[in-house]
Amino acid sequence: MLDFLKNLDRRWIFLLMLLSVAIPILLQAQFPETPSELSQVVFEELEKLEEGDKILLAFDFDPASEGELGPMATAFVRHCCEKKLKMYFMALWPVGEQMIVDNINRVIKADFPHLVYGTDYMNLGFKAGNEGVIKVVITDMRQLYTTDADGTAIDQIEMMQGVDNIKAMDLMINISAGYPGTKEWVQYAVTRYPDKIRLVAGCTGVQAPLLYPYIPQQLPGLLAAIKGAAEYEKLVMDKYGERNAEGEIIEPGKYFEGRRRMGPQLVAHVLMVLLIVAGNIIFIADRRREKRQ
Amino acid sequence: MNSSNRLWLILFIIGAVLVAGRMIMSSNGMGKAYVQAVPVNPDAENEDHKWTIYEQASLTDYNKSVLADPNQTEYLFSMSRTLGVWFAALMTIFVLSFLIRDNPFYKFAEAVFVGISAAYWMVVGFWSTVVPNLIGKISPDLVRNWALPGLGQDEHSELLYLIPLALGLMLLWRLSPKGGWISRWPMAFIIGVFCGLRLITFIHADFLSQIRNGIVPLWVEDSTGAFSFWLSLRSVFLIVGVLSCLVYFFFSFEHKGIVGKTAKLGIWFMMITFGAAFGYTVMGRIALLAIRLEFLFDDWLWLIDPTDKRVEAVVSMLGLF
Repeated sequence: MLDFLKNLDRRWIFLLMLLSVAIPILLQAQFPETPSELSQVVFEELEKLEEGDKILLAFDFDPASEGELGPMATAFVRHCCEKKLKMYFMALWPVGEQMIVDNINRVIKADFPHLVYGTDYMNLGFKAGNEGVIKVVITDMRQLYTTDADGTAIDQIEMMQGVDNIKAMDLMINISAGYPGTKEWVQYAVTRYPDKIRLVAGCTGVQAPLLYPYIPQQLPGLLAAIKGAAEYEKLVMDKYGERNAEGEIIEPGKYFEGRRRMGPQLVAHVLMVLLIVAGNIIFIADRRREKRQ
Repeated sequence: MNSSNRLWLILFIIGAVLVAGRMIMSSNGMGKAYVQAVPVNPDAENEDHKWTIYEQASLTDYNKSVLADPNQTEYLFSMSRTLGVWFAALMTIFVLSFLIRDNPFYKFAEAVFVGISAAYWMVVGFWSTVVPNLIGKISPDLVRNWALPGLGQDEHSELLYLIPLALGLMLLWRLSPKGGWISRWPMAFIIGVFCGLRLITFIHADFLSQIRNGIVPLWVEDSTGAFSFWLSLRSVFLIVGVLSCLVYFFFSFEHKGIVGKTAKLGIWFMMITFGAAFGYTVMGRIALLAIRLEFLFDDWLWLIDPTDKRVEAVVSMLGLF
């Protein structure tokens, strides 16, 4: 038995992991979420804003991390719509622009159709240059952004009147999958202008431990991975329910993506813990047997 | 064929049969995509200046519309998007097949992904940066007439941008069989700029700011002015953790006695950090697997419908099985 377990084909482990994720998805298993302090801080940062305040949403992720970051992006955009904030979207990742368009279509156009492009929200699109872009937009956006993502001159867009740089924003949200992302926004924007640029962020699980040292002075709030997204979804849904700011019914399913994905997380994590324990037991048993021999 | 190959072949055949069965037996089928035709007419006075865009629609919308008017043309079945769903599903399976072993399907998916990503990067970089921020600065009239009619009328030619153009062309010289050294000049410029930028930023944002973030009161009071045990304990942990980890990396003294014990404590703090990082990584990877499986079960196989896109299809499937 010990030899069998010691030499078990790793593909059986893969199959077990596949089943542990697939079965909860098929059963649509969901579990209650309790928001953590950090998620609460992020939520409160948005709640503090008044109607018409400006908010910059930097979508620095792509489809490869959409599974983790898509749900929090959707929840952020809905929260901004509910608060009637003026949303400025931008991306430092080439496919980030598609993530912006996707969220505009799924959230703003579908559930908040009364919001007008150019008045309530606008898409600045992607610009190459990584942290170079951040260095420019903190002083003069027009050096880099002559048009929006659709090619309209930004001076012709109502929302851009009086906005010379991102210091004009009341809050900034960054959704980050890596480089460039939250770390660069903290380093090049927040640290330079700590009194003028306020940032909250959502990031992938891999990045979270690297960003915790910036909390709370340089980064007041952080949604870490799918767990952070699920907690934020709960906060937004508890506050605003299944109707939009105009009282119209929204599609609630798409605002619970994070919570839905926590079902497979639970089962897969239990499996992972069991595998680690089993691996250690097998290792110790094997060592004892070798000693006896 | 050995027993392992035989097993995976059987699994593959079972999967293919289940997909074929699911496709044939369900009255609504599976993996289909629908669109809504939305006419766009920005200039109401000019009837010639209008077009139609196709936005994603659900099976429920399509069925409702057909029920109301069988000859309607607003909601349509989209062959191109249906092929897209099937292609994406097959690519997902091809990539996951690497877990069994390296195979030609995986290699194909990998090559397609790398090729598309590289091409996408180039095209997006050209249209989002080179056209508006380089050519548009040097010759705004040209760009306005050729590519971006919305470019501001007050944009005027800025010849200073000829310098980045020259540096860019020098960088591309690397592709030439002769004079490859020319590309080293702009490369040196890029490296120099980024070294300076990052050095200053690191010292300011990480080194100095982290020292400041580490200076916290050990006696913490809550909003009512009362002593908070847990907040104080957190501060103590922060200070002890930082100092012990720093001691571990302090190699000027041998790790013996009090220094050795503190360094060992630092190792414990780091181990806990690595464990937390591993846990987060696992969470991230499982979320990525979950979204691919959700895509397969929802958009492709129509086995689940978490956002009520195809209520009829799911009801039909439950009736069949």
